[in-house]
Amino acid sequence: MAAVAQKDRNLLAVIGDEDSVTGLLLAGIGNVDKEGTRRNFLVVDNKTEQSRIEEAFQEFTTERKDIAILLINQHVADRIRPTVDKYEQAFPALLEIPSKDHPYDPSKDSVLKRVQKLFGD
Amino acid sequence: MSGTGARENIFPTRMALTNTKLRLKGAQTGHSLLAKKRDALTTRFRAILRKVDEAKRKMGRVMQLASFSLAEVTYATGDISYLVQEQAKSASFKVKAKQENVSGVVLPAFEVDRVPGTDFNLTGLGRGGQQVLKSKEVYAKAVETLVELASLQTAFTILDEVIRATNRRVNAIEHVVIPRLDNTIKYITSELDEMDREEFFRYVYDNYLSVFAIHVCHRHRLKKVQGKKKRDAEAAEVARIAAAAANEEVENIEIGGGGGDLIDSKDEDVIF
Repeated sequence: MAAVAQKDRNLLAVIGDEDSVTGLLLAGIGNVDKEGTRRNFLVVDNKTEQSRIEEAFQEFTTERKDIAILLINQHVADRIRPTVDKYEQAFPALLEIPSKDHPYDPSKDSVLKRVQKLFGD
Repeated sequence: MSGTGARENIFPTRMALTNTKLRLKGAQTGHSLLAKKRDALTTRFRAILRKVDEAKRKMGRVMQLASFSLAEVTYATGDISYLVQEQAKSASFKVKAKQENVSGVVLPAFEVDRVPGTDFNLTGLGRGGQQVLKSKEVYAKAVETLVELASLQTAFTILDEVIRATNRRVNAIEHVVIPRLDNTIKYITSELDEMDREEFFRYVYDNYLSVFAIHVCHRHRLKKVQGKKKRDAEAAEVARIAAAAANEEVENIEIGGGGGDLIDSKDEDVIF
């Protein structure tokens, strides 16, 4: 497992709608590098392209090695559902969170789906 | 021959038998150890599953609260999202990975690592500062819950994988390795028995078969001689001589007692 690299992972990242991102940034998770280009958050609205979300997802999960937890709004995760369901790495941990406009639906969560499956058998 | 199932390609010797028996014992020990490990992990896994389920539901409530507090902020100060996004510089809310060991499996656990101070000192300076502050705290609490959930989930993912691997190993040993060793042992034993029988037969054949022929010959003659005994004294003399001769021969091959016994005894002493 990624037991060696996990020590350096200490940031949280978020992909979500404006309100979720704002709230989480208020809590203090925001991190921008010195050039001001690499952010650990992405604001998604209706106009955001799916490819842009995928790109950010890949960046946070695969390219960046300093992210420990990736938070993603459930309705955003729904837009890239195949990618999210395929994601099985332990690091960074992927967490689907509810947003203001979209209440949380446990049956869609990729991890909870697995939990249900395990409890089912 | 036995060993109908898969077996190892091995030359059937006593040493190979000893080695294979040792390996079988090793496999059985390994199997029971792995089974124990699997049980321990599964117990842990079940506990985590339950917690994950619980925490996910709790997260739903916490996030709702947080959203509400942000709505309060927006109501009091107007839209601050752009401001907040632009002012975010370096994270004050970080996590630290800590490790926990469950039966040889390293499970990471995240710990909240908060640095005092914030990038948003000026946010809400005009109005709604109190709401901003409150919202900050609520969100920090929410993120703490999220971090907790993330550790559980990571543990879940890793344990899931490890349990699968352990299960695979347990099953492989139980259904492949142990039967194969069993078959090998059976095969070696049967081959060795076979060799023993062959050896014994050859030995007996070489050493006793000629003697056996003589023995039968004498027995036949004695019977004939005995029939005439009463009438023919001379024949008795011959018989004595013959019996003596037979005795000589018989003593060599240790069959029963003397010539007299040969008549009474049935086939038991005639081995072949």
